[in-house]
Amino acid sequence: MNPDPVTAAGASAVAPPLHGAETPVPSPTPGVGEPPPSDTGLAHFSRLRVLARWEVALLAAVVVVFVVGRVVSPQFLTSYNLFDMGISNGELAIMALPMMLIIATGEIDLSVSSTLGLASSLLGLLWMHGWPMPAIIVVVLVCGAVLGAFNGFLVTRVGLPSIAVTIGTMLLYAGIGEILLGSNIVSNFPATYTNIGVYGVPGIGLSYSTVIFFGLAIIFGVVLHFTPFGRSIFAMGANQEAAVFSGIRVKRTKTILYIVSGIICSGAGILYTFKLSTAEYDNGTGLVLSVVAIVLLGGVSIFGGTGSIVGVVFAVLIYSGLLDALLLTGFPQQASGIVIGGLLLLSVLVPSVPEFRSRLRAGRHRLRGQAPEAAIAHSGPVAQMRVTGDSSSKAGQGGQPI
Amino acid sequence: MAHHDPTSARRRHPQLVVEMTNPDGALVQPTESPQRLVDIVFRLREYGIIVVLVVFIAVTTGLQPRFLGQANIRFILLNATIYALLALGETMVVVSRQVDLSVGSVLGLSAYVSSNLFAQVHGIPIPVVFLAGLGIGLVCGVVNGVITAFARVPGLVVTLATLYIIRGIDISIIGGGEVVASSLPAHFVAIGSDSVVGIPYITMCVAVVIAAGAYYLRSFRPGRELYAIGSNPDAARLVGIPIGRRIFTSFVASGAIAGVAGVLWAAYYGTVDSTAGTGYELTVVTAVVVGGVAIFGGSGSVIGAAFGALLLSSIATALYALNVSPFWDPALDGLLLVLAITLDRGIAVRLAGAMRKLTFRHEP
Repeated sequence: MNPDPVTAAGASAVAPPLHGAETPVPSPTPGVGEPPPSDTGLAHFSRLRVLARWEVALLAAVVVVFVVGRVVSPQFLTSYNLFDMGISNGELAIMALPMMLIIATGEIDLSVSSTLGLASSLLGLLWMHGWPMPAIIVVVLVCGAVLGAFNGFLVTRVGLPSIAVTIGTMLLYAGIGEILLGSNIVSNFPATYTNIGVYGVPGIGLSYSTVIFFGLAIIFGVVLHFTPFGRSIFAMGANQEAAVFSGIRVKRTKTILYIVSGIICSGAGILYTFKLSTAEYDNGTGLVLSVVAIVLLGGVSIFGGTGSIVGVVFAVLIYSGLLDALLLTGFPQQASGIVIGGLLLLSVLVPSVPEFRSRLRAGRHRLRGQAPEAAIAHSGPVAQMRVTGDSSSKAGQGGQPI
Repeated sequence: MAHHDPTSARRRHPQLVVEMTNPDGALVQPTESPQRLVDIVFRLREYGIIVVLVVFIAVTTGLQPRFLGQANIRFILLNATIYALLALGETMVVVSRQVDLSVGSVLGLSAYVSSNLFAQVHGIPIPVVFLAGLGIGLVCGVVNGVITAFARVPGLVVTLATLYIIRGIDISIIGGGEVVASSLPAHFVAIGSDSVVGIPYITMCVAVVIAAGAYYLRSFRPGRELYAIGSNPDAARLVGIPIGRRIFTSFVASGAIAGVAGVLWAAYYGTVDSTAGTGYELTVVTAVVVGGVAIFGGSGSVIGAAFGALLLSSIATALYALNVSPFWDPALDGLLLVLAITLDRGIAVRLAGAMRKLTFRHEP
């Protein structure tokens, strides 16, 4: 029952591909029992090529969306429309950044839109009670940090699965927001603040949320790709045991990320409230799935360990550009889910095509009785530790305990 | 811990272990085998949710005796029925370490298309409408299943995408229209509201379906194999379980169930627009997890999940009965979910400790 020797073996066996992950490798989203990354230099090289292809493909998609958008509607590239695009999607885009980091560690945070809603409620409530606005903003951000810390505590210290925890806190935070503000609608905010929904940043013309998003994206990109802290995020996403054994403080890092997510999402809540000039308890409901969709579209594996901020930024551009172009051409707005969902499906299916073909080939080889190296490598249970990293604790809960 | 002393005694005296674990030894008490222990703990977890439900209802009734009135019970049951039915399909998917987020959208599409048949085809028999709903669900389930099982893309991502796509299709079909109760035949609406001795028809039917599903998952080979896959996919593959086929089947079942649930939804609510079933997926997952199904698969039962749905429905109704603002409902649900998984975690840690002790004893 003691998993230690196995884990140790797993850690050493998977170390080489971990080095391979030195360059961010998005794409092939590993399915359950995906062929593990082989540690030959050749495979590493081909993974690099996949990376290049994925981000290039996203960039191409961005170009296509904006060119087609310009063709179908002359208004598409006007400064007014770009401002409008940013106003509609800025908060979504901002929340995608911390979400990307959290998914890269192999966890998830489904409570982001509820944190936004709770921040909006709190903002409205405190304003109703006559607090000064700067104090309110500080309190709301601190509150966001506390919400994030609670998620982080449950996930890292109590050791609960993040998807279940954050479904729970998604309901909980949205519920607290409802309790705080009830059916009140607060909308008498001072114009100095609500002007962000009407005017862009002077000299740039884009909305404040857009500019904040790009600023944050640069910070997140630098931290993620060029600092030891950022590298450790990929390391723990690729193989948590190996990360622990190499001295990375996994729990602390994840807690920090959840706190960052809480602060940023409550900040997004403030922007959201000011842009609508309305604080309501159900502000931002349902945004979370769009945020996750954007991050996955950006090439981040749902199992963690891969992805890049550049990919997420491209995904944000594709998402907002496409929605806006569809809107301008009179496509029913909600039905644009077909397009978003289709993109998301494509983004996970396309990278898995080469793997699918190699699996078919391996199957044919096996039929002929000559197992290729790949098939052997794929069947190694140790190498698959990454996919089933947590199974040791659950072994024996099924019908047949080992 | 009555067994604590003998266990430690055996650990100190290995020769005693040999004697006690003799293959024909009647000396070994059944409760001491790890398997029995696991069985008991999980049965306790299943009963635990029932106990919580009973205590909750007792307390609420103590505060507000009218809570157990016939009309109220009927309301709670009707409310829980569709969630419990969806929870059956969701449980099949979740025990195999996947998740189906598209159930709400499938329900919405099926609810609209099937109930719209009454307006389009005059005098269409009700069973045909149910078959139409089932068919829509099957198609959606097959799409989810094919992509998840054969392209080996995680179900979370696939069903997140199909959640959007199916809802988008739903909206494009409906446009701004809606189906209203007056356009539905009385027989059909009656399905959603008629009851016998205070228990609605659809609740009884759904209870039978859930019982059958529970029996299948518990006692049939493909059902057991879903647990094996969720518990340890690699081990499942090594012992020759056709993982792809099983996962495909579980998604198809979940889709088909959501399709039928859509028809029931239409019969129950009478009015169907493009928002039908929005957000159901997360409520269903909540019910399943509160009911004791591990989110990473391998354990939990359909019965537990159904009681999870019933508990959530009771809480919502109790708030009305107790004159508490309904605004408290989501917060309580969320709190309940966090408490449930924390408790499960505590049990799992204890269980792992106890099992280690027992396995240690069995080593020569």
